[in-house]
Amino acid sequence: MTSKLDRTFAQLRQHGEKALITYVMAGDPSLQDTEQLVVELEKAGADIIELGVPFSDPIADGPVIQQAAERALRSGASLRAILSMIARLRAKTQIPLVLMAYYNTIHAFGPERFFQEAAQAGVDGLILPDMPPDEAGPLKGPAAAAGLPLIFLLAPTSTSARRTFVARQSQGFVYYVSLTGITGAKLLNLADVEKNVGKIRKVTKLPVAVGFGVATPEDAAKVAAIADGVIVGSAIVKQIAAYREKPEMVKHVAEFVRSLKTAMRMAQPKSG
Amino acid sequence: MMSSVPNKQGRFGAYGGRYVPETLMPALLELEQEYARVKKDRSFQSELAYYLKHYVGRPTSLYFAQRLTKRLGGAKVYLKREDLCHTGAHKINNAIGQGLLAKRMKKPRIIAETGAGQHGVATATVAAMFGLQCEVYMGTEDMQRQALNVFRMRLLGSTVTGVDAGSRTLKDAISEAMRDWTTNIRTTHYILGSVLGAHPYPMMIRDFQSIIGREARRQILAAEGRLPDCLIACVGGGSNAIGLFHAFIKDKKVKMIGVEAGGMGVASGKHAARFAGGKPGVLQGTMTYLLQGEDGQVNLTHSVSAGLDYAAIGPEHSYLRDQGRAEYTSVTDDEAMAAFDILAREEGIMPALESAHAIAHTMKVAPRMKKSQILVVNLSGRGDKDVQQIANMRGITL
Repeated sequence: MTSKLDRTFAQLRQHGEKALITYVMAGDPSLQDTEQLVVELEKAGADIIELGVPFSDPIADGPVIQQAAERALRSGASLRAILSMIARLRAKTQIPLVLMAYYNTIHAFGPERFFQEAAQAGVDGLILPDMPPDEAGPLKGPAAAAGLPLIFLLAPTSTSARRTFVARQSQGFVYYVSLTGITGAKLLNLADVEKNVGKIRKVTKLPVAVGFGVATPEDAAKVAAIADGVIVGSAIVKQIAAYREKPEMVKHVAEFVRSLKTAMRMAQPKSG
Repeated sequence: MMSSVPNKQGRFGAYGGRYVPETLMPALLELEQEYARVKKDRSFQSELAYYLKHYVGRPTSLYFAQRLTKRLGGAKVYLKREDLCHTGAHKINNAIGQGLLAKRMKKPRIIAETGAGQHGVATATVAAMFGLQCEVYMGTEDMQRQALNVFRMRLLGSTVTGVDAGSRTLKDAISEAMRDWTTNIRTTHYILGSVLGAHPYPMMIRDFQSIIGREARRQILAAEGRLPDCLIACVGGGSNAIGLFHAFIKDKKVKMIGVEAGGMGVASGKHAARFAGGKPGVLQGTMTYLLQGEDGQVNLTHSVSAGLDYAAIGPEHSYLRDQGRAEYTSVTDDEAMAAFDILAREEGIMPALESAHAIAHTMKVAPRMKKSQILVVNLSGRGDKDVQQIANMRGITL
């Protein structure tokens, strides 16, 4: 079965483009803001939007996203409220929406119920940063029944055995973590990223998206030359944090996203 | 019949596992392999035994607390004196084991988290002795109430890094240590201090601590010619408790009781009694009983004792409780403080505030038992580190 993510990557490929995947923390600073951001970021050039589900103990995240989660929790953003927001959004936009959630939030919700309600609300995929495929067995049935892709991550430390194992379990795309570290760290070694993306391509036909450490339009352009998708998180969340009390917040963040997409397009040689 | 746990996936029944970012998976798999190797390696085991004997001071004594027994008027109370270990608590049993492992894996840098500071001090000590670079993460709230241990770690040459996130206690220190490990994984071994986190940590740390129960079993047989009726230990993550329990698990007649931090009372919501107020969930790499809200956010905890002030319990304890093999209860801050005074005055032993929880429950249980019955209580650490905090709580300036 092809998912909306599959179709999005296929369409972009036809146009000789790479996917810009933008991350925002749902509920930061409020769910109304997130709703508006999704609509405006799509207009500014985002191809897929990753919505963070706030968690009290985000072990894979650096301070920028930790603080965003704290703001979102203070604003009352629960998984239930986030799904309602997504259902509302579906009247306005069909952009693929992927949830990024620490497993405990799904566990507390009830995995079976979660997959049903998420698919109904219009979620297009799920990333669980603290659940490698080794532990995801019990989720596969409910996820498949709901038609929701489970997207798994690979890291620079992944061995060749794990690269094959994880890539084959992943659906929609493979999320390559560009560095050994947490979100918001500085991108160090593009040659290394290129080498590892190449190795992943040898074991899967899925698109490979690169995240962690992509902060500027220049970074985005460079990564776009290597991968099928560019994931930008902390850099966007930082802008939201800085402008969160100003009326022009959404407009400002949209401008930043536009600059990312423009840089990616310029770097991309037109093909076909 | 209980089978041997954990299984190959690191599962203790429904609990445990490996819920971590992919970046850490290869390191956990490497650690699991390396640990399986050294477990069977005679030279490693004899090196470990050497340090436990000559550096830590093992075996620790099993002391018959005569005056406490008389005062309580029931079962004979024996104290397993982990407070007599070098650095003042059982934590060093694990720190030595993992320090040796880090050396074998050629990791020049170690990191640790600490709540009460006991594990941090043990790790800093081992790092100094083995010549490893060491950084310890500690919540800023805990740094305040355990200032003495912070200074001790610095004297030992370690860096202590304050963590100013969330509740600013043990939980946040673990998250920060995991982030450091994720970033520096190629050069660094993470010496986790309790039977928590992803596989193989809960199993490996249990094994390193199980010397407590192996000694106690031998010692009580020598002293009394029979096994005890009941074991009591405090449970934060639960390493001292599992260390005492492990050698007795197959002795079905030996009752095992874990004592959690009841804080200001379970009804107040200000506590760390995971079995009384929690339900299964995933925190920091493992599936276990967890204090959490309806939508899976982890609750803030409270205990007078920094070492018990944690929202989750080691996965093997969740398993032992589900199996009915161990039972768990809690005592309040006030009960633990009262037990501290009684042990100090009756026996001349100041327990760590963590261990005072085990003493407090002993004071409830022993009087209801027959004089012919035997209780073994794990005195997991000494109270010197808590003297300043107790003075503060009593409005005394030292």
